[in-house]
Amino acid sequence: MPDVAAYDPLGVAGTWRRRRAKLVVYVLLGLFALYYVVPLAIVVLNSFRSLPDFSRNGLISLPHSFSLEYWSLAWNKFCVGGTCKGIEPFFFNSVAMVVPATIISTAIGSLNGYVLSKWRFTGSEILFGLMTLGVFMPGQMVLLPWARVLGLLGLANSTSGLVLIHCVQGLSFTTLFFRNYYVNIPDDLIKAARIDGAGFWRIFRKIVLPLSPPILIVTVIWQFTNIWNEFLFAVIFSSGTNQPITAALVALSAGGMAVHQYGIESAAVLMAALPPLLVYLFGGRYFLRGLTQGAIK
Amino acid sequence: MASLTIRNLNKSFGSTAVLKGIDLEVKTGEFVVLVGPSGCGKSTLLAMIAGLESVSSGEIRIGERVVNGVPPKDRDIAMVFQSYALYPTMTVRANITFGMESRGVPKRAQAEALARVAGLLQIDSLLGRKPSQLSGGQRQRVAMGRALVRDPALFLFDEPLSNLDAKLRVEMRTEIKKLYQRLNKTTIYVTHDQVEAMTLASRIAVMHQGRLQQFAEPRTVYDRPANMFVAGFMGSPPMNFLPAQIAVSGPAAVVIAESEGQAMRLPLPDKVVASAGEGRRVILGIRPENLTRYDRRRTEEKPYLGTIQAPVEVVEPTGAETITIVRIGSREVIALFEPDAAPAVGETVTLAVDMAKVCLFDPETEMLI
Repeated sequence: MPDVAAYDPLGVAGTWRRRRAKLVVYVLLGLFALYYVVPLAIVVLNSFRSLPDFSRNGLISLPHSFSLEYWSLAWNKFCVGGTCKGIEPFFFNSVAMVVPATIISTAIGSLNGYVLSKWRFTGSEILFGLMTLGVFMPGQMVLLPWARVLGLLGLANSTSGLVLIHCVQGLSFTTLFFRNYYVNIPDDLIKAARIDGAGFWRIFRKIVLPLSPPILIVTVIWQFTNIWNEFLFAVIFSSGTNQPITAALVALSAGGMAVHQYGIESAAVLMAALPPLLVYLFGGRYFLRGLTQGAIK
Repeated sequence: MASLTIRNLNKSFGSTAVLKGIDLEVKTGEFVVLVGPSGCGKSTLLAMIAGLESVSSGEIRIGERVVNGVPPKDRDIAMVFQSYALYPTMTVRANITFGMESRGVPKRAQAEALARVAGLLQIDSLLGRKPSQLSGGQRQRVAMGRALVRDPALFLFDEPLSNLDAKLRVEMRTEIKKLYQRLNKTTIYVTHDQVEAMTLASRIAVMHQGRLQQFAEPRTVYDRPANMFVAGFMGSPPMNFLPAQIAVSGPAAVVIAESEGQAMRLPLPDKVVASAGEGRRVILGIRPENLTRYDRRRTEEKPYLGTIQAPVEVVEPTGAETITIVRIGSREVIALFEPDAAPAVGETVTLAVDMAKVCLFDPETEMLI
């Protein structure tokens, strides 16, 4: 029976060498952790600092002043693009965009994946190939077509317009995710269900969907994060009070004011980053599990 | 009455023909085993009977009804899959009742059917479990329960035992046989295992390269195989084949060619010579159990007994019997010995051939003469 404590993954026997190897590993990991945490820490600290503190001690410094005022100013008082309601309205613009867009694109992606893996038809492989092409297509390429489509549909500068864009643009990813997950569900299950008298929808609801939570979580996190953080479409296809938060943040810092309100900007950025962060914190472990695990164990 | 009638059935995937002109008629209450090596088309044939594969040409009837275009759910069949195909997110109970649920069977009738099947298969205690919490044998039972809970015209089994370990496979085989003897339901059973075919079938359909080779009772398939493929496929260890020529000398005799220059004369039943014709070149098929140590006392009652002298090359004791490979001419031939009478390697034994049990094949067509 091998001693667990003596387990030696690096294959370097001998106490001294083992300790040295461990030291190297931990120092390296520590450096990487620092590299990722320091910028975040600076922004967090800056959100509590006053303007005189910035002018005296520079952008990167420990706080010499402390106030929560900038958070509340940033949330609903600061003037962004002509209105002085803080980032709150834009935050909810984003919510109104990201929630339906995530739900719709995930739902359609799931159905697409189901059809493309379990109800193949002539040309379905080609169709799937074409759909996944969208994964590699840069957003800039579709700006003009989208401008035209939104104009024709009367959805220019509206949240609904952005929802439409994100649903369609997201389909490549969601379809790819679901199709590749469903391919691993044994075809025998579908055959057995067909003999049992179940049809297309019943098989989807009763057999395929109950197997889907891992990939559903992956897709929802992916879509939510990407749509929330999306900037290009947001800034091009919306303006004024209709902007999602990513576009509004730019308006906030490029507001034409003489002095940069660093504390307020920091607080606004943090609040804007919070939703994806929360989604990841709550769903992160499912995310990893969903990516690595097959459909049936 | 026929439960299943298949007429001139063909199936191709693109330009590849996988089933060629299959004709099969299964009587009500029969247990028919489709057997053959992998790629012979047996599983495709079963999938076509189930309606999971389309028919390229020909006709499938279940009962009186042509079902070529009928979807699986309306064919009045139930199927057990090799992978069991249990719905992983459902309990055993839900797995078994799913079909009735889909067909809108009233709850009370569902509960009655479930209780009947659970009792029959002794899975009452498993009803609340998920498939992942079951052992291989239990999954097998649940899969059968799902099929048995309906009362279909036809049961289809697709290699249901091949995922089980050897011991459990034998147990479940017996269990399937018991179940069949009790219920007497028309069953089509696909397997690549010739022992399963022999033990379970009322009739065996041997398939090879998309064609039906022989469709007959197990005894007939074993004793009078239609051709050399069937003869070699059914039975383990397999049948020996020796080139020979029929000759008449006093009592009729088969002359084996190429036996180290020395001709071996083995007596043949007269009717065989009559049907095959004198002087004809043939392939002599001898099952290993008909080739054993010559023993005067035990062989006296057998009228057509030939003897062969052959050196022993390999001896493989299995416990119940000893498989022995001897050399006849340039060929390795398998003989079966009782463990007590087993020879030693290097020894030259005198073998007795029960010529009443041999098969003769045409060397050109490989068909039984």
